[in-house]
Amino acid sequence: MRKGTLKQILLITDGCSNHGEDPVAMAALAKEQGITVNVIGVLDQDTIDESGLREIEGIAMSGGGVSQVVYAKQLSQTVQMVTRKAMTQTLQGVVNRELKQILGSDVTMEDLPPEKRGEVMEVVDELGETVELEILILIDTSGSMKTKLPTVKEALFDLSLSLNARTGDNHFAVFVFPGKRGDVEKVLDWTPKLEALSTVFPKLTSGGLTPTGPALREALTYFRKKRSLRSLISSDEQYFEESSM
Amino acid sequence: MMNNILKNHLCKLPSGYIIVGKWHKHSYKMIKPLGKGANGVVYLAESPKGLVAVKLSDNSTAITSEVNVLKHFSKVQGVALGPSLLDVDDWFDPYSKKVVCFYVMEYIKGEDFLSFIQKRGKEWIVILILQLLSDLEKLHQEGWVFGDLKPENLLVVGQAPKIRLLDVGGTTLKGRAIKEFTEFYDRGYWGMGSRKAEPSYDLFSVVMIMMNACYLKRFEKKGSGREQLMKMIDADETLRKYRKVLIRAIDGKYEHAREMRQELMAVMIDKSSSTKTKSRSNQSRKGSVRKRYRKRKKRSGVLETALIVMFLLFMYVMYLYGELL
Repeated sequence: MRKGTLKQILLITDGCSNHGEDPVAMAALAKEQGITVNVIGVLDQDTIDESGLREIEGIAMSGGGVSQVVYAKQLSQTVQMVTRKAMTQTLQGVVNRELKQILGSDVTMEDLPPEKRGEVMEVVDELGETVELEILILIDTSGSMKTKLPTVKEALFDLSLSLNARTGDNHFAVFVFPGKRGDVEKVLDWTPKLEALSTVFPKLTSGGLTPTGPALREALTYFRKKRSLRSLISSDEQYFEESSM
Repeated sequence: MMNNILKNHLCKLPSGYIIVGKWHKHSYKMIKPLGKGANGVVYLAESPKGLVAVKLSDNSTAITSEVNVLKHFSKVQGVALGPSLLDVDDWFDPYSKKVVCFYVMEYIKGEDFLSFIQKRGKEWIVILILQLLSDLEKLHQEGWVFGDLKPENLLVVGQAPKIRLLDVGGTTLKGRAIKEFTEFYDRGYWGMGSRKAEPSYDLFSVVMIMMNACYLKRFEKKGSGREQLMKMIDADETLRKYRKVLIRAIDGKYEHAREMRQELMAVMIDKSSSTKTKSRSNQSRKGSVRKRYRKRKKRSGVLETALIVMFLLFMYVMYLYGELL
């Protein structure tokens, strides 16, 4: 099997967008380009409103990724879990596609007897360990997110610790929205180590608008032009819808 | 939040509910839930072969990798590194209209680690940890690292208490990234190392289990992780005794579980024997002094009687002599 790069956007937000394009549509666009979109909703003590929740789930679903709403305190564990889960999901999609090629018809992993499934899973595990990973982290810095930013930073360090324990290479980039000038602003360019973030993060200022859609659209253009694994399986929508629920 | 509804439903299967496997057609009658993990729920169930534990999950990926680990363990002969695997199958859940994966293991009846310690006393901590370390040594030799090591995943079994490992969800091949962990027991969280699966990762968790057992609570990280852990070790009587070993494990200085086990054992024997021999030698010294004293007393008594006897004999001889004259 050829090894490619897994591309993911990790969106960290605490509510609804209120400016520009529909983020759910932008997530669908990302999926078309072979980029998975994962969303983490961060709460304080208060509960998130219904429309915010629906948007978070919608973005992840149409972006072929995973969503989770958590309290700020549980953020570290969640960030790494969501990233891992989305990785496995994507890789499983790739493996399913290969299976289809070998066995013909609409065979997915779930259609195999449990004994055979184990062997396929070993391949997925192996891939998850060695595949190259590109993660663009998109952080909502509008209004109420300000108090949660230190926790977000901590969670990102933790993510880098988890992913760098893998054999495969990682590349991280960090963007915030709204930016000082545009909808989105780069705070950290592609780097294998998120630790470099510590110097740039405190400079953030929080604004009023939440342009989640435009931020997603712009983030897509920053991905390095390389062949993606995800693009191989864009026809496999059925499976993704199922697993992202 | 489809996921949550599904999970809640899986967690609340009524007692007596029967599930039948899609592939192997074995049926299992649910008795009661035993526990809930990150990737599913475990039930005590009745099968034609007796009582078993059934793990259900809507996450087929997680179930499949756990089954893989359990299968590998069943190949390790003579040692029980985890519960033995009995069956793997799918079940069509009529409520959510989805396929739910499950696997069946032997049911291990025992007491959870922390309540055992609470009931039987802190002296059991190190003894159970020694057992745990020899199990880990075997696991590491097989090329695995347990990963998510915590009291909830430990069970104390039998009349002669023996520790058993449960829930292989975090078990990872050596050299890879740890699959699953819990912050308090994770050296990455405390800033004490990477999340690469290597024996020293498990050994760090062992120290944190001892902390948890001594303090009977978990605490959050504040400031420098290492400093805080040192303070917590010094503040507890039991932990302080093993300070040197614990610090080495925290710093990741042990490459094998057996090294830590040996040193832990050495401290334990040293501590118990040194206090015992000290008191014993004290006692024997006191005893010998008394004996010698008594001996001297006895000897002087003999001397006394001899003198008296001789004196009386002398007087008697004098008397006889006077009578004869």
